[in-house]
Amino acid sequence: MTTLLYDGSFDGLLTAVFEVFEYRYKDVEIISKGRFHQENIFAEIHDVITQGDKAERVFNKLEQNIGKSGINQLLKVYLSEDPGSEQIILSAIRQSIQLPQENILLNYADPDILKVSKICKSVDRETHRMTAFVRFEKMQDDVFFAKIDPDFNVLPLIRKHFKDRYQDQKWMIYDLRRHYGILYDLENCDFFYPDEKLNLEQYQQKFHDEETQYQKLWQRYFTKTNIVERKNLKLHIQHVPRRYWKYLTEKT
Amino acid sequence: MNFDRLKEKLEILADAAKYDVSCSSSGGTRKNKKGALGDSSASGICHTYTEDGRCVSLLKILLTNHCIYDCAYCVSRSSNDIKRAAFTVEEVVDLTINFYRRNYIEGLFLSSGIFKNADTTMERLVRVAKKLRLEENFNGYIHLKSIPGASDELMEEAALYADRLSINLEIPTESGLKLLAPEKNRADMISPMRYIQNGIAQYKDEKKIFRKVPKFAPAGQSTQMIVGATNENDLQIIKVADHFYKNFNLKRVYYSGYVPVLEDKRLPSLTTEVPMLRENRLYQSDWLMRFYGFKAEEILDPNIPFLDLEIDPKLSWALRNLQQFPVNLQTADYQMILRIPGIGLKTAKKIVHARRFQVLNMEHLTKLGAAVNRAKYFIDFNSGNMYLRYLTDKNFRKLLIGGSASKFHNQFSQQLSLF
Repeated sequence: MTTLLYDGSFDGLLTAVFEVFEYRYKDVEIISKGRFHQENIFAEIHDVITQGDKAERVFNKLEQNIGKSGINQLLKVYLSEDPGSEQIILSAIRQSIQLPQENILLNYADPDILKVSKICKSVDRETHRMTAFVRFEKMQDDVFFAKIDPDFNVLPLIRKHFKDRYQDQKWMIYDLRRHYGILYDLENCDFFYPDEKLNLEQYQQKFHDEETQYQKLWQRYFTKTNIVERKNLKLHIQHVPRRYWKYLTEKT
Repeated sequence: MNFDRLKEKLEILADAAKYDVSCSSSGGTRKNKKGALGDSSASGICHTYTEDGRCVSLLKILLTNHCIYDCAYCVSRSSNDIKRAAFTVEEVVDLTINFYRRNYIEGLFLSSGIFKNADTTMERLVRVAKKLRLEENFNGYIHLKSIPGASDELMEEAALYADRLSINLEIPTESGLKLLAPEKNRADMISPMRYIQNGIAQYKDEKKIFRKVPKFAPAGQSTQMIVGATNENDLQIIKVADHFYKNFNLKRVYYSGYVPVLEDKRLPSLTTEVPMLRENRLYQSDWLMRFYGFKAEEILDPNIPFLDLEIDPKLSWALRNLQQFPVNLQTADYQMILRIPGIGLKTAKKIVHARRFQVLNMEHLTKLGAAVNRAKYFIDFNSGNMYLRYLTDKNFRKLLIGGSASKFHNQFSQQLSLF
């Protein structure tokens, strides 16, 4: 058994896959360094150094075989941070190399491919929820600020959506769990990685003067648009699971 | 801005607008222009859900609940003694923009009680949309209500600024409408609808010739019918829906189970329950027509004009057409796989892809997401299927019902306890 350790980046993962083929490893696992604990003392450790050209060769091959949308699906598996994600991606790439003529990701009867489709579905759902459940709060410096805590690392997947939509206001979306965010300053829309966790204590005191008023209006609207005679809390919670409530203006 | 007064108006006018079902924000094609606000080119987004489980995608309000009409089923009817209010154009624009900036909504759904006359009301609705588009550079979604009897000129302008227009038929039958809304008539509702339909077709033709043609109601039209306020049957409702889908190219028909809010001898009593199960079955039938290739005539047993409440309409069709089963998963065409109870659109697509790689069995079916507790009786596998013997069983229907729990279970037990 050989264990390939990579730096946790997507390019690193593709480099690792390249080296699996390069060294003809059969019995192999790929693990991110951040998540590695030596358990199997018999495992042989192989340190992967991320190399752009190796990653690119895997990328180009995949693009030929399964297209951009196929790569996108594998990227979503990677962003899911699922403990088995590296193995699933490796398995899918191996299958694709064996059957280059087919889009192997359509073989839903294969257990690993089905997992790709299942994970993509979960990641897509979380991505869509973040486009829905992000709640901006206007701050004194006119920045619209939102905190999120998504189950998967979906910030890279929602950037374009918000960039297209809000072009005439400064905004910021911050992932509390992964400590990074997106900032749009009317010109650029980039990821930022603060050195320390953002200090969010008493941040409501930095609200813009109108902010609380609009929040109240929204809360009243939310209450009044409900039809009491049709109350169906089960359905409500199915659509808006409790774990999202803490960031929803209308649920606080 | 006087926020207290605004809050009071919002409460009254949101409360009065909530019976409009539509909250769809999809089908728009408006992309953000450089540096402006909003983009409604993607699929719709439900930003939250109310406690009744309905999606909130748009800020859904009335411009005013003052109304000259006295329709029996409507809370805003003129003879009803309720608080009345009216927004100014500026207030609606301000609310829409500020809610949109905070990512609360996809846009605005503006309806109105009819004050003075149809054109005055329509003109005011159009003014809101125009201000949002031209002064605020807003590219979010706008759904405007077409006011029955509004003139063609105003409808033309409405379609240039709104993404969707809708006009509610309210009561499925003309006789029912005459009874409950004597001042309204079908013809007044149909004429703006026809105008928009022709306009959409015309702009589409022009687009083939000219590169730049203004958008004209890009998300199309929809309508809504109240179910259970009069004594219409499901066959009539489905026929009406089918007629409007086919002849008016509607994007959606919505069904709204009647919520008894007013005492009136022409209406069901205030203690009547909202017919939510019936409404659900109508939506299922609607889906069968729009996505599953069913014809309106196939959905109901010609001898029984009501939908089966115990089982869904697709299963009900299957039971009436047992000779079409079993279906072989490996060889049947996509349209027939879609008709198998327990298999939905996505599963059907997956089956058609996956069977190219290998021969499918029952286990695959479970993993692909089919409701196997129903589907298993209707499918033939190359490897055989022991459940097929029940197809010819006299008690097949009972067996099927026993095998699945309905989410409307409570409603059944209430009905059964009568006996």
